[in-house]
Amino acid sequence: MSQSFDEISAQLKRRHRKSARLKWLSMGALGLAGLFLVIFFADMLGKGLPAFQQAQIRVEVTYSEQSQQLPLAAVNEDVRELVSRGWLRTLPMMMRDNPQLLGTSRQEWVLADGQVDQYLKGHYTRLDDDEKEIVDALAEQGRAELQFNTTFFSRGDSKMPELAGIMSAAMGTVMTLLVTLAVSFPIGVMTAVYLEEFAPDNRLTQIIEININNLAAIPSILFGLLGLAIFINFFGVPRSSPLVGGLTLALMTLPVIIIATRTALRSVPDNIRHAAFGVGCSRWQVVRDHVLPLALPGIMTGSIIGLAQAMGETAPLIIVGMVAFIPDISASVTDAATVLPAQIFTWAGEPDRAFVEKTAGGILVLLTILIAMNATAVVLRKKFERRW
Amino acid sequence: MMDMKVANLGAASMSMPAIGEPVTRNEEANHELSIRVRDLNLWYGQTQALQNINIDVYQKNVTALIGPSGCGKSTFLRCLNRMNDLIRGVRIEGLVEMDGRDVNEVRMDEVALRRRVGMVFQKPNPFPKSIYENIAYAPRMHDLVSRKADQDELVERALQDAGLWNEVKDKLHQPGTSLSGGQQQRLCIARAIAVQPDVILMDEPTSALDPISTATIEDLMDKLKKQFTIITVTHNMQQAARVADYTAFFHLGELIEYNDTKTMFSNPHTKKAEDYITGRYG
Amino acid sequence: MQTNQLLLLFSGVLLLLGLIAFFMGRAKAARVRSTGTSMYAQPDQYAWFTVLATAGPAVLVGALGSFVMLLLGAEIPTLYLLAGSLVVSCVGLMIGMNRVRPDFHARQAIERVIRFILAGAALISIFTTFGILFSIISEAVRFFQMHSFWGFITGTTWNPGASFLEAAGRADDAASAAQFGSVPLFAGTFMITLIAMLVAIPVGLMSAIYMSEFAPAKVRTLAKPVLEVLAGIPTVVYGFFAAITVAPVIVTIAGALGLEASFNNALAPGIVMGIMIIPFISSLSDDVINAVPDSMRQGALALGMTRGETIKHVVVPAALPGIISASLLAVSRALGETMIVVMAAGMRPNLTANPLEDMTTVTVRIVAALTGDQEFESAETLSAFALGLVLFVVTLTLNLVSVIMIRRFREKYRVNNL
Repeated sequence: MSQSFDEISAQLKRRHRKSARLKWLSMGALGLAGLFLVIFFADMLGKGLPAFQQAQIRVEVTYSEQSQQLPLAAVNEDVRELVSRGWLRTLPMMMRDNPQLLGTSRQEWVLADGQVDQYLKGHYTRLDDDEKEIVDALAEQGRAELQFNTTFFSRGDSKMPELAGIMSAAMGTVMTLLVTLAVSFPIGVMTAVYLEEFAPDNRLTQIIEININNLAAIPSILFGLLGLAIFINFFGVPRSSPLVGGLTLALMTLPVIIIATRTALRSVPDNIRHAAFGVGCSRWQVVRDHVLPLALPGIMTGSIIGLAQAMGETAPLIIVGMVAFIPDISASVTDAATVLPAQIFTWAGEPDRAFVEKTAGGILVLLTILIAMNATAVVLRKKFERRW
Repeated sequence: MMDMKVANLGAASMSMPAIGEPVTRNEEANHELSIRVRDLNLWYGQTQALQNINIDVYQKNVTALIGPSGCGKSTFLRCLNRMNDLIRGVRIEGLVEMDGRDVNEVRMDEVALRRRVGMVFQKPNPFPKSIYENIAYAPRMHDLVSRKADQDELVERALQDAGLWNEVKDKLHQPGTSLSGGQQQRLCIARAIAVQPDVILMDEPTSALDPISTATIEDLMDKLKKQFTIITVTHNMQQAARVADYTAFFHLGELIEYNDTKTMFSNPHTKKAEDYITGRYG
Repeated sequence: MQTNQLLLLFSGVLLLLGLIAFFMGRAKAARVRSTGTSMYAQPDQYAWFTVLATAGPAVLVGALGSFVMLLLGAEIPTLYLLAGSLVVSCVGLMIGMNRVRPDFHARQAIERVIRFILAGAALISIFTTFGILFSIISEAVRFFQMHSFWGFITGTTWNPGASFLEAAGRADDAASAAQFGSVPLFAGTFMITLIAMLVAIPVGLMSAIYMSEFAPAKVRTLAKPVLEVLAGIPTVVYGFFAAITVAPVIVTIAGALGLEASFNNALAPGIVMGIMIIPFISSLSDDVINAVPDSMRQGALALGMTRGETIKHVVVPAALPGIISASLLAVSRALGETMIVVMAAGMRPNLTANPLEDMTTVTVRIVAALTGDQEFESAETLSAFALGLVLFVVTLTLNLVSVIMIRRFREKYRVNNL
């Protein structure tokens, strides 16, 4: 009456093939996603790693009266076009600071022009053939080479690629994030504590909850519009300042911290609370002395992840004006500043090809910091993870 | 091996059954072999869950597996249609033979096996589809029906066999989950018989149901055994006594006694089975 | 600077008063206690109560005063305001000290205040939403006073070109020039979103299926965080990748096929945005697929279904509300995504169905309108808020629908962790 195994198996062949196809297809999808990631990182490393090196050439520098007036005169005419203009401009100041240099002349490694840098790295360059020959000759004599690019890490933005660095943007990021943290962490934790431990289950609480989830999904650029209209136009917070940027990002980070804190609070089992109530603690004492300390690792993890997100955010900061050209490190949170992602955005828009590698270099720095932050969060979670 | 040899001196006068056969034969039952199990061992990781199981299951009967919780009866049941494949870290040794084939051999297609050995689960699990689709889905996939009219007829027959037709014939296109627990379980039985399997495994099919639904399903099992071989796990001994032709008693991963149901409950051969049946442990 | 110094001085004095309050309150409570009178609370709690009584009202008065100044434009000299606050804090200190009595529930009083502060913090999220709504709507309304709403919704030409002239009071000269028809912007936005979804939904969903249904445990634990990395990359980085790496590749490929592609084509930002959204869809879908009860799978397998059929006909349909919800959230994200399109898509409003042409999006125009050297009052600047309003309404609707769908899924299977 019923079919044998072999008969059924024969009918099943096609269906098994289809099933296998789904398996391979889905595996392929995951592989594709992984491949994107590999291509992306390979591309960024390939483009960005050269930014950590910078061409230097060894030339005769003459510290004379004349070169104080006209810095170009400090180097020989044949290499004049190859030395960084920006560096030459710092000469008079250097001579003013060190008067004993006056009248001396010596061989020195000096910053090469961005075009020389690009040429040595084998990229497109605007150098003409004569200049290329000179650079080749210098390189052969060991007088032109790529060295570690300290400028990139120690200086602010510049219109000359060989002098452009991420320092001012990095400091801007630090200041902005400090503002963000100072605002969003206390408010976020307090909100979560209220909702999780104190709030009655009424209409208002539900509205707040829905609202928080919605805030987390609102496009970030709209937070920029809020920052522009409320913080800058209404409260008069200075435009382009880490203060306004930090406040705007704080509002974006708030839902992340609230949601993470609530999850952490919820994972503290109720019998801890009951035990504390049992020994006569008030609700606030239970939260302060028992629940919060146990939830702290989770709160920290969530806050780090929230901050990492804020750190990569660009769109709302552009709207509040944090894309300014900032060559110097800003002194306070109310001065104009820029942040790493905004610096990346600015450089990406520079027409000079040499800025492509600066952009990618900045991206590598930013990604390294972000990965480090997220790794810290993961380690923190692993280390303090408790199974109840 | 089964430790039923010396439990009861009174049984010594009887002829010893061969390995895997019941101690006492139920003369009303059918004795064509359906599934033969020899020296079956199963490990979850390091823990052994089944030890040297030997049993012959006969066609067109109800065979009940009883025993205290964790005795391995459900695990054994799931060996028969290789549902244990879905659990990580399971290792199986020994023979489970059906239709002259070892179901665990490499060339055996577990999908084909499950087509012939259907299963009904502890908790009703209708698909989130309509009642009609719940039943029509598998036969259509298996090419048992091609025309819409055949399909309608098959759905009706399966529902009638499962005793559900009169209750649902007017709402075939409502979701299966809208039915009551007992109806859902009968829907799952109808779903299983619609693919015309040889064997239906039931893993405590009534444990999540109320007494009235339970009685309905027990009647159903009695009816269905004319067409199908039914192996059911239950921890309700009355149920085993009511519906089963043969009963197997499991304890700590071993098959202690396999016997005609009447004998099992009136005059068990082993001390352990007697203790369990009289409620001394379990 | 004057204000800053004043504020600093104010905070200093307030801190000092708080310290005084703390020690005075504690001393008084300790004194009462040392006489043998039993008190409702501990000295420290009385001390904190006095601090609250001192600083709380003062800060409130200060904050209220500044708000009145900002909102109503009332001119209260900062000096007077802060001095007033300090007077209030001294009064508070005295009242607080007076309340340090054995029969006073200092702890309950403190906790009421704490509860109040916590509730206040929770309200900030509501204020933020209202802030966004208010700031966008009020500016959008000003825009619609200058240009018709109907023209904005249905117009097919976006040419803010000379709108600054209007702000300069020469509206007559500019009337013919400035046009704010948003259709091409929305067309561009939807085109790029569509491309992104065509990449993200299949790849994300299939990855989720592989991870939850096929992958060995090891692959799964490795793949999940790797995918999360994709989600953690800042959008500005994706924008650079799209503009510098992907767009030229597309132009080359299109060229090889005999097609002409712009370097600002819609395909590059669309594809890269899709890549960015993959982990979004995969992780949500993975959660949802995992939440489909195992009994469903077993039911299908026990009927002799193959793994693939079980997934296709049982698991995915059961998880569908969750998957749709994830996709809606992803769409909402793609619509509001800014940096990728700002860097890789075009600036030119272009109503076309050809993804190889350059086209612009809503967010690009918002950024363009707000980063130029425009007067804030100009129609172009205000148009950013009109666009923002539409964006807000659309994404909010998508989010709400998505929340409702996931809730329905959760109720169906009684899953609590979604």
